Amino acid sequence: MMTLQQDICNDTRKKTPLEGYNFAYLDESTKRMIRRGLLKAVAVPGYQVPFAGREMPMPCGWGTGGIQVTASVIGEEDVLKVIDQGSDDTTNAVSIRRFFAGTTGVETTTHTAEATIIQTRHRIPEHPLNENQILVYQVPLPEPLRWLEPSEKETRTLHALEEYGLMNVKIYEDIMRHGAIAMSFDYPVRVNGRYIMSPSPIPRFDNPKMHQCPALQLFGAGREKRLYAIPPYTDVKSLDFEDYPFEVQRWEEPCALCGARHTYLDEVVLDDTGRRMFVCSDSDACAENRARQGMTEVSHE
Amino acid sequence: MYVAVKGGEKAIDAAHAQLRRERRGPLDVPELSLAQISFQLKLAVDRVMAEASLYCPPLAALAVKQACGDLQEAVFLLRAYRTTLPRFGSSQPVDTSSMRVSRRISATWKDLPGGQILGPTFDYTHRLLDRSLSRTEGAPDTSAPLTEEKLNVKNLPRAMSALNAEGLLEPAADTSSCREVADLTRRPLELPADGPEDRPVRLQTLARADEGFLLGMAYSTQRGFGAVHPFTGELRRGFVELVITPEELDFPIVAGELEMTECDTVSRYTGSAMPPCLTRGYGLVFGNNERKAISMSIVDRALRAKELKEPVTGPAQNPEFVLLHGDNVDASGFVQHIKLPHYVDFQAELSLIRSLREAGKKAADASPSRGERS
Repeated sequence: MMTLQQDICNDTRKKTPLEGYNFAYLDESTKRMIRRGLLKAVAVPGYQVPFAGREMPMPCGWGTGGIQVTASVIGEEDVLKVIDQGSDDTTNAVSIRRFFAGTTGVETTTHTAEATIIQTRHRIPEHPLNENQILVYQVPLPEPLRWLEPSEKETRTLHALEEYGLMNVKIYEDIMRHGAIAMSFDYPVRVNGRYIMSPSPIPRFDNPKMHQCPALQLFGAGREKRLYAIPPYTDVKSLDFEDYPFEVQRWEEPCALCGARHTYLDEVVLDDTGRRMFVCSDSDACAENRARQGMTEVSHE
Repeated sequence: MYVAVKGGEKAIDAAHAQLRRERRGPLDVPELSLAQISFQLKLAVDRVMAEASLYCPPLAALAVKQACGDLQEAVFLLRAYRTTLPRFGSSQPVDTSSMRVSRRISATWKDLPGGQILGPTFDYTHRLLDRSLSRTEGAPDTSAPLTEEKLNVKNLPRAMSALNAEGLLEPAADTSSCREVADLTRRPLELPADGPEDRPVRLQTLARADEGFLLGMAYSTQRGFGAVHPFTGELRRGFVELVITPEELDFPIVAGELEMTECDTVSRYTGSAMPPCLTRGYGLVFGNNERKAISMSIVDRALRAKELKEPVTGPAQNPEFVLLHGDNVDASGFVQHIKLPHYVDFQAELSLIRSLREAGKKAADASPSRGERS
């Protein structure tokens, strides 16, 4: 254990840009505790590791799990990107990016390819990730079986026994009732052939990007105090049946701004007569597409 | 024409500037001082300290001011500060028997050794608005000044010890069977947490739980959702010494005094696992907060259902339900996180609903005789 004296005199504390706080806000022993949890999570892909989540200066449910994970793995050389709903410019993404800029002084970016750590809520970037990147997910409810079984004691037992009949029945009932699997986001996956895992509330469009992803994927649920992980190049299969295979969302039309046909689109209401348009949810990918086509950047500013 | 939305940073800055102006209010009204909050809104400060698990009146007052009087927001501010503080040791258990008491009552005995000490309380006040308080300047102070002697009753015998002697009251918990008192803020809560050895961590969770939540839980047991029929064996409020033995010294020293409220409730045991007797519930809270101390002791008793082999009929008897839902920092954050953008999920739901309706329509068109559209 690091003693208090070492913790206070730690070099990082002297270097921190925010006076009175350690580098990346958390003290070093907390970071070490979280990193130990992450190591266990990587060793047992998809297994939810309990950890002593800290109170962060942002509300629970607003990304404190992801923030604690990022704070534990970030170093001075890292380049950080933060997205929410696929965009770098949504208010909570701005707030989290500022928090890390203020407490670590690391370089931040909006470009997926330049980032070494990408913290995300609800999306996986469209740009493929590489081995030098870590994708950190903010997770509100880590337990994929929670809606089927409210008790944590029970769900942990079900995972331990690999007893996933409940989930199969749910999917079967969906097909019976609707003719399709009626889960549009937070679509459960099976990791490395063992644990059923919540991918966090990403649209199911993004699920295939998790499979054999070269980047390390870390998940933090602050309020529920759970960590889990998908190591690089791990099998991640979205749950389905042979005769009702998993499918992703599709749109009839391309992105109205960049013309992309194979990205996740947000629907934007244009006026009160109900006219609407579809645009890329990943604002960085959309801007890159437009730049490639020589279109000018548009903004409110 | 829609354009990609930019400007989140500017919007946040502007919103925070507006918040600062709103906090200050009209400039011709004098600004609140922390001392005014500490002394004149003391119960707000006490509540914030209790739920933040940090005893520090000046910082709690600052949090109340910064939060514009939103006490849950103030709790959050103080918690977020507390979590950054180093832990340099554990105190000895506070000795509430030697409390310097400002108020002590027992509802089970008409009189008892040490007597009933009513002390400062809202009880028995008539809740009539006191218009004289609306005058702040020049009003003569008619109340007697606080004197130390009045608040200096120490070492009162415990009201419940008379029952102990007769063997009617279950003995106080044998602490040797309890796990080492875990620090909930340093180690995650382990469920099911329903055994007698888990009582310390349950009490720790209740002590920092939301007052309103505990009040509702306690109330639910009294109305029939879980049978607890409590009597207030003893309620005491006052100052206790905080004693620590620093690593570098081998003798204990008094670090200071804390104000605390302690409640011992007793309720008749109606189960069959023990002979007829009285069982205990315990509440201990920072500051002056009798409502919470009493609620805590009732909920503590209710949560012992499994240990005492009682039927679990109400939510207040379910440790997972109570312990996981009483923290207002967790609850407030998660309930309000739905203010965050959810365009992506919402879009996913929209397209799912559309495709399901489309599929349903096609199926209905294909076999109109079936007529099953739901």
